[in-house]
Amino acid sequence: MKARVDITLKNGVLDPQGKAIQHALGSLGFDGVEGVRQGKVIELDLAETDPAKAEATLKDMCEKLLANTVIEDYRIEVLG
Amino acid sequence: MKSAVIVFPGSNCDRDLAVGLERASGIPAQMVWHKEASLPEGLDVVAIPGGFSFGDYLRCGAIAARMPIMQAVVDFANKGGHVIGVCNGFQVLIESGLLPGALMRNAGLKFVCKDVELVTATANSPFTNTLEKGQRLTVPVAHHDGNYIADGDLLFKLQSEDRIAFRYAGNPNGSIDDIAGILSENRRVLGMMPHPERLNDPALGGNDGSRVFESLVHSLMVAG
Repeated sequence: MKARVDITLKNGVLDPQGKAIQHALGSLGFDGVEGVRQGKVIELDLAETDPAKAEATLKDMCEKLLANTVIEDYRIEVLG
Repeated sequence: MKSAVIVFPGSNCDRDLAVGLERASGIPAQMVWHKEASLPEGLDVVAIPGGFSFGDYLRCGAIAARMPIMQAVVDFANKGGHVIGVCNGFQVLIESGLLPGALMRNAGLKFVCKDVELVTATANSPFTNTLEKGQRLTVPVAHHDGNYIADGDLLFKLQSEDRIAFRYAGNPNGSIDDIAGILSENRRVLGMMPHPERLNDPALGGNDGSRVFESLVHSLMVAG
């Protein structure tokens, strides 16, 4: 079963890389970019076949390792 | 003072840290590989070196903080042991939950490698007790992710509990309140981005860094 975890900085946490991307887009002529946040995507291939169990395990993985919940939010997607 | 230095793949200045501890205490530091599940008996101090443990993959210090030895380090700290983490070691201590807050990408987005001036923010710690509050030290920084952040409540707590050990005289990375190093609640865990072990010999341009190790020896002698 494939799954995907999106990790993004929490609102209110300054994202210097997002800011740099925003400025670069502006200098390329893309006007009206009002905000950019950079995050990461982690794709997982799990032996688990029960989506509910997979989601619970993924949540545990996020809390223990994949995200730093002091500064990051995560979103889990079980792709089946 | 019996000390150990934890070594991860990608650690650097672990030898310098061992030299710093040995010069101050007269006793060689033991090097402990990260796959060990326990620390040597009878330690006073555990030091976590700088570097790029596990290639900084995922987040700086994140993988190292989950290695078997770190559970032993957390237990050691919880029993009142002294722990110092330098640079990547500071990141590891934060990832392991021994210190609060987070270290993010430098505000200028560049890797910063230079000598900086530090201001001793408190003399009330085992790592700074031979210094005076306000005393300045020159110590190198070399990092890409040293931008310390804390939310308002945490920052207030660190300030009001006198847990900021060092501040930058000129902030190189955007850290909130110019924070270069912080202490745990019991004051026995120090995390700092600058490398005291790298300026610990006059032949290398200065030895201000030795004050951190000498303070540790002094504090353990007084206690012991």
